[in-house]
Parts: sequence; structure tokens; C-alpha cells
Amino acid sequence: MSFDPVALRRDFPIFDRTIRDGRRLVYLDSGATSQKPQAVMDAEIDFYRHHNAAVHRGAHQLAEEATDIYEGARLTVAEFLNAEEDEVIFTKSATESLNLVAYAMGNAKVGNRFHLTAGDGIVVTEMEHHANLIPWQQLAERTGALLTWFEVTPEGRLDLSNINSVINEKTKVVALTHQSNVLGTINPLEAIVKRAHEVGAVVVLDACQSVPHMAVDVKALDIDFLAFSGHKALGPTGVGVFWGRGSLLEELPPFLTGGSMIENVTMTGATWAPAPRKFEAGVPNMAQAAGLAAALKYLNAVGLENIHNHEIELTTYLLNKFADIENLRIVGPNNIESRGGSISFTFGDIHPHDLGQFLDSQGIAVRTGHHCAWPLNRKMGVPATTRASLYLYNTHEDCDALVQGILDAEKYFGR
Amino acid sequence: MQLDNLYQEVILDHYKNPQNKVLASDNDAQVHHVNPSCGDEVTLGVKLDGDKIASINWDGVGCSISQASTSIMSDLLIGKSLDEATAISEDFLHLMQSKGSEEGNPDVLEDAVALAGVSKYPARIKCALLGWMAFKDASVQAHSKEEK
Ligand SMILES: Cc1ncc(COP(=O)(O)O)c(C=O)c1O
Repeated sequence: MSFDPVALRRDFPIFDRTIRDGRRLVYLDSGATSQKPQAVMDAEIDFYRHHNAAVHRGAHQLAEEATDIYEGARLTVAEFLNAEEDEVIFTKSATESLNLVAYAMGNAKVGNRFHLTAGDGIVVTEMEHHANLIPWQQLAERTGALLTWFEVTPEGRLDLSNINSVINEKTKVVALTHQSNVLGTINPLEAIVKRAHEVGAVVVLDACQSVPHMAVDVKALDIDFLAFSGHKALGPTGVGVFWGRGSLLEELPPFLTGGSMIENVTMTGATWAPAPRKFEAGVPNMAQAAGLAAALKYLNAVGLENIHNHEIELTTYLLNKFADIENLRIVGPNNIESRGGSISFTFGDIHPHDLGQFLDSQGIAVRTGHHCAWPLNRKMGVPATTRASLYLYNTHEDCDALVQGILDAEKYFGR
Repeated sequence: MQLDNLYQEVILDHYKNPQNKVLASDNDAQVHHVNPSCGDEVTLGVKLDGDKIASINWDGVGCSISQASTSIMSDLLIGKSLDEATAISEDFLHLMQSKGSEEGNPDVLEDAVALAGVSKYPARIKCALLGWMAFKDASVQAHSKEEK
């Protein structure tokens, strides 16, 4: 069956509604959060309606069923990432996943490979979302480790010319994004992972903007840790994934402690259950995990390659149209080489907030501002941008509406 | 179009022709405020003459709403006493929180009533208040300096 975004849209009930006095919804903000197919909502409702119980705890049928669903979701995620089941940890979001790994490292005692001290290095990039920057800043502050970063070129790519000095013998962690949520740039992981492993550092990948849009195989990428959010991948809010290489999860100390994550507890101490439970304290977000599994199954059924190709086609189409608009500056690569469907831009003197407001009046949803990547905005020399981000349910018609909206905004504010 | 309620002519005029948008070097107090959700920034200085506001001057980057609102505010409050300025600011804040149910009193707010439409767009209220909050901060600092 060929890929048909118009047919797919029918699986997403939100497209039945209209925006601002009857206009067709043109949703170009999937980078912030994706819309949800009915199957995902059904999975959550089904859990609550028929199987609701605390997983791993009750001695009753509902608890068994709930556990089956929850652990089944874990298996679905593992298969989706080509990972082992016990390497998949459910969190509430990518933000929590990234904080988990940073705080867990901070908990490592002397002798543990994750123990950081002054003299150790943490490497990030200038294009990180705040969620993959601040936890590392904080870890550096707490441990005395030195935070350094790869710079971004004016075109919006990582400058790897000094890779061997940025990642050096002292580096313990390299944390970076797979695809920039602002620039759309897809980073070349191979060279970075190779160099990181050469010096004994682990690679933490923020895969928020890649897992929903293209096949991500943790074994093929040879990375060590990965984070993504369910809600950007057609799944519900309140569930994220933290994946870690099995051998590393054994050594990584826990972050949150409490119920369900222990092996034995006395009045003075506790020992930990093996991963994944070591990292899942408390009753987890079960219905949301069920929803995420439904989302990943939906993505599999459509085919990640189809989705990726569709986004590449629409991105190329938009980049070409944008090239013809005078005073429109793309902030990020202006060609399709190693880039995804997140397109940020500025337009003449019209401030992104005003442009976004005008587009909204036409039923077009975009994001404006610094997109939680303030240092990157400064580096690119723009206080704010407008961002259109594409997904499987977007069409050429959506792209045309955006282009028309931009041109109309020029007339509106030029009056 | 409903959008015209937001982008009144007066607002676009102030945006294109902002008033008092040159920072002075002899302010009694100067502050820098940002809107962390969108990155709009304003640096604003206040100079007092006794109890009177002798000068409000500023510089900044931001959307038409934040820039126009700061411009309108500076025009409106220069020459007023601190007490008058506080009362007007409170009126404006009240208007911004009115969710579109009020039009604002033109005798008090003058051009600032053009911003009434902002109150219907929750995401933009902070834009409209950026300069006013900076003024409040700077005027308190300038006043306490004056008292010493
Ligand atoms: C690249 C990137 N990293 C991290 C995050 C944080 O995701 P969440 O807010 O779902 O935790 C986002 C979401 O905006 C993102 O785009």
C-alpha cells in the first residue's frame, strides 16, 4: 500500500475540528508534540476500563493483566529500538530520562566508572535543547567536572574540526542530540561515537526528534544511552523512555529511590533490583506505557522509512518554496542533506511572535520563540525564530498554506 | 478580522516608530528584563525629579506587542508622579487580566487602551507587560535611591 497522508489523517480525530472560526487545522508543531491517532487513545482507555491495577504488586487477575500490558509495552519499545527488553526504562519524559542519567552519574561513588571529579570532562553541543544541557551543567557544577561543547557552524551543523581535542582522554560523557529541534540538522554520530569510545567515554543520545521520524537502532548506532518522549511519537504525554546498554545499567546507580526498585530493605539500607526496575521507583505510568506501545505499533504499521521519506519530500518542497520568498532566512541547513522536517526561519522585520499570531488566525499552528535552545539562538544571531515541524500527517496542502500565510502576513503587517 | 483587535493601528505605529527608545547614561536606575518563554528583552532606565518621572528610556528586542506596549507606557508615564504612575500601571494590569471583557478607560490609559485586545490572547499578555514590569522595578529602585 502506498503512503497516503490524507488517509492517515483520518486516524487522527483532532483533524475533524476547525480552528479560529471554521478554518482547516494546519498543524505544523509536531516538534513540540505530535497529534494522537485514535488507536493510542483507545489503548489508554482500554487499560483503565478493563485492566487497571498496580503492576508488579497485586496478587490478583487485574494486576497480572496490567503487568502483562506494561511489560508488553516494554518489549514493543525494545523491538522498536533494536534493544534488549531489560534495557528499556519507562520515565515520564525525555527530560526525566536525561535528568535520570545525569543524576545517577552524580550518585556514583569512588570506584564506579561513572564517578566524576574535577579533571573529568562532559561534552555537549551548542545545539542542545535545554533538557540535554542544563542537567549536564548541573552535574558539572556538583562534581567539578568541566563542561565543554562542540560549536555550531553558521549553516547550522556541528563543527567537528576539533573533535579530537573536544573529546579527549579526560572526557567521561558525550551528550548530544540526534536531530536538532530547531535547525533540523541530523548529527553525524559515527565519528563522534567512535572518538568517544576511543577515550572511554559514554555517549548519551537525545533522540526526541529522531525516534518519531526515522528508524533508530541503538545497536547499529553503537551508543550507550538514549532518551525520547512518547508524546512526540504519537504517544500520550506522561511517558518517556530511557534506554541504556545492559552492562552500563548494571553499574549505573539509581536516581529515584522508593517502592518497586529494591531487592531488599532494612531500617538502615537497601539493595537494588536489577535494571530496568532499579530505575523505575514507584507505580509507573501504566496506561501511558500502553498508549506508547500502541503508538509505536502504529508507526511500524505505517513504516518508519515511509514516514522519513515523506518528511524529506515535504521538507525539500518547503525549502524550495522558502528560497523564493524574499527576506526569509532559514536558520539551519537550507538543503536536505542530513536534515529532517524541523524548519526554523526568520522573515524580514516581522517578529516571530507576530508571524505566529497571524498564521494562527489562518488556522496554521507553528511554534515561535527560542524553542528551549536559547544558547543556540544566540549563536545563530537570532533572538527568536518561527518553526514549522512536519510529520506523517502533513501534506503539500499544509506546506502551501504556510507559504501563503507568510506572504499574507507580510501584507498584513506592512499596511 | 478578529486579529485586527489585537493589532490596532496605534500598536503598529508605535512598533515602527518607538518612543523614547534610546538609553540614557544618567538614569537613577536601569533594569534588564526578559520574557523567558519567548526571549523578548528590554533594558529600561528611569530618572526621577523629586517625585516626578523625568525620563523613561529603553532599548529592547521583541514582538510588536512588547515593543509597542513599552513605547506607549513610556509616553504615558513620563511627567507623572510616582503615585500616578503606579495607579495607571495597576489599571493597565487589570485591563490585561480582563480576558477581553473590558475596553480600558482612555482618560487614564490613553493610547494604552489599544492594547485591550491582547487580554484575549493569554500567550501575549506577558509581551504586553514586559516593559511595564521593567518600569515598576526600575522606578522602585530609583525611588529608594532618592530616599537615601
Ligand atoms: C531535542 C529535544 N530534547 C528534549 C526535549 C524534551 O522533551 P520533553 O519536554 O518531552 O521532556 C525536547 C522537546 O521539546 C526536544 O525537542
